[in-house]
Amino acid sequence: MAILVDKSTRVVVQGLTGREGTFHAKACADYGTKIVGGVTPGKGGTTHEGWPIFNSVQEAVNKTGADASVIFVPPPYAADAIMEAADAEIELIVCITEGIPTLDMVRAWEFLQNRRARLIGPNCPGIISPGKCKIGIMPGHIHREGPVGIVSRSGTLTYEAVYQLTTRGVGQSTAIGIGGDPIIGTNFVDALELFNRDPQTEVVVMIGEIGGNAEETAAEYVKSHMRKPVVGFIAGQTAPPGRRMGHAGAIISGGRGTAAEKIKAMEAAGIRVAKTPALIGETAMAAMGVAARA
Amino acid sequence: MVKAQIHAGGRGKGGGVKIAKSVAEAGDLAGKMLGMRLVTHQTGPEGKIVQRLLIEETLPIEKELYLGILLDRAEAKPVFMASAAGGMEIEQVAAENPDAILKQHTDPGMGLEPFQARKIAFSLGLKPQQINPAVQFLTGLYRAFLDTDASLVEINPFITCTDGRLFALDAKLNFDDNALFRHPDIRELRDITEEDPLEVEASKYSLNYIKLDGNVGCMVNGAGLAMATMDIIKYAGGMPANFLDVGGGANAEQVTHAFEILLSDKNVKAVLINIFGGILRVDTLATGVVEAATKTHIQLPIVLRLEGTNVEAGREILKQSGLNFIVAETMKDAAEKVVAAAGAA
Repeated sequence: MAILVDKSTRVVVQGLTGREGTFHAKACADYGTKIVGGVTPGKGGTTHEGWPIFNSVQEAVNKTGADASVIFVPPPYAADAIMEAADAEIELIVCITEGIPTLDMVRAWEFLQNRRARLIGPNCPGIISPGKCKIGIMPGHIHREGPVGIVSRSGTLTYEAVYQLTTRGVGQSTAIGIGGDPIIGTNFVDALELFNRDPQTEVVVMIGEIGGNAEETAAEYVKSHMRKPVVGFIAGQTAPPGRRMGHAGAIISGGRGTAAEKIKAMEAAGIRVAKTPALIGETAMAAMGVAARA
Repeated sequence: MVKAQIHAGGRGKGGGVKIAKSVAEAGDLAGKMLGMRLVTHQTGPEGKIVQRLLIEETLPIEKELYLGILLDRAEAKPVFMASAAGGMEIEQVAAENPDAILKQHTDPGMGLEPFQARKIAFSLGLKPQQINPAVQFLTGLYRAFLDTDASLVEINPFITCTDGRLFALDAKLNFDDNALFRHPDIRELRDITEEDPLEVEASKYSLNYIKLDGNVGCMVNGAGLAMATMDIIKYAGGMPANFLDVGGGANAEQVTHAFEILLSDKNVKAVLINIFGGILRVDTLATGVVEAATKTHIQLPIVLRLEGTNVEAGREILKQSGLNFIVAETMKDAAEKVVAAAGAA
């Protein structure tokens, strides 16, 4: 079944007429995703690469029945784009943009609270249910359909894990990049709840990193609610304290948010944590009871 | 008071805050402090050279209090923290006696309301006649946090004087890098002498670079993969020299700049390039690496672990280059090879 996105998902692209938007919309459409149009204020009524362009998300929803949106809008305007999509009653908003000011996200998050939309990201590669739908910038061809659910704060490290599984003949149900920022719309717990209920998913891989306490919160959920095995990896065991390691949310603050703490909490909850990134695929397969065929 | 102005906390305990009883003594202390290497628990053992001092009037301190505003990630809201236990020991208070710190969350789109400021002021044990001035101060401080897109605002200590006056005796502000585009005045305040020169150089080319202590240089695309690469180097018995995320823009020019920066770190004995090409094509990257290696005449051993789109074409380009690249298949293989190369150097 996979989670959140499938063959019926209809996606509008906010920022379609920009360079990133154009490139990735085409790649998603090639993968099989139903891209139904784009939003660029001021260019409504035109077409771009064969897609209709609208002045607002509301207009796009009215005219195309879009239920999801992907945001390729520059940082100064991206939080506003998220709020616009939520206001238009889009159900799933995927915000790829890196570099949104934190206080803008504080406001956007508040705006989302009593609205229907689920936000994935920002600063994320997106979400893919292999064989069904890809909304984001991940390379579709390294994925295959299968039983492993993946939830990760990273981009290329996720592709690494996916590749390890695919090359060993084990596919993925859905891979969600939740993003590297301190304030994100969907966190580990949210994804785990969905994977818990998804019949296609047999094991979940969670890939975390230093900063914040989302992995610890997830570990508590796994301990008390999860009905299928969870394995994990935490990046940043060698990260120095107080430095922002690329991702805005990857920072050890006041001694808290270290990789060691997260690994400890995860192991205490019965989550097998891979010792190195090279072992993520094998660890997931072992948890499923599948012998690793290299 | 003669106070060292370095970008790190713990200066008092480290000997960077001194009282002078006369102008002459102030001059004397200043002379000793300028240029000294100040080591605090926040600078790391190498410390920081003191390049600026703040000289100010000594005040008759009655109490030292703590005020801080930062983002509470779990709540997705700013939080105003206040404690009657201010001065030098706030991190210890947080560890040993968290109840001594009052936390007041604020709502996005609102400032700090006067009733919230009063709650903080009363919790600090201020006298009745100090409450209104404190409310002015606290609401103003919160406004500064919002208006500057700060990620941390800390007044430690916030003092009451024996004559009843309130003062901010120190201030530490961190600004959200993501918001600097809308604060040109704050960008102007950047003091590159307080930053590592290689990191300053890297920022000119939008390379995400952090200098560490080891001898294995690394270049990776993606922050999570870059951190994981540092981790696997350590697991293989080596020490990473740096964090470097070249992101999706790993063209020949960027790779050249990255090589130049890695080469400027004299500790680096071998380099690991770990790239997972998704949108970024591996053959494009390989061409860039060959160009960059040729241009910089790099003599160090370079281990390349490449995976993803057009990987076979990429590996072929490296083979045909005539340069001495060590090609690794898996991340484990790459880490072991680069640690061996660094050890043999």
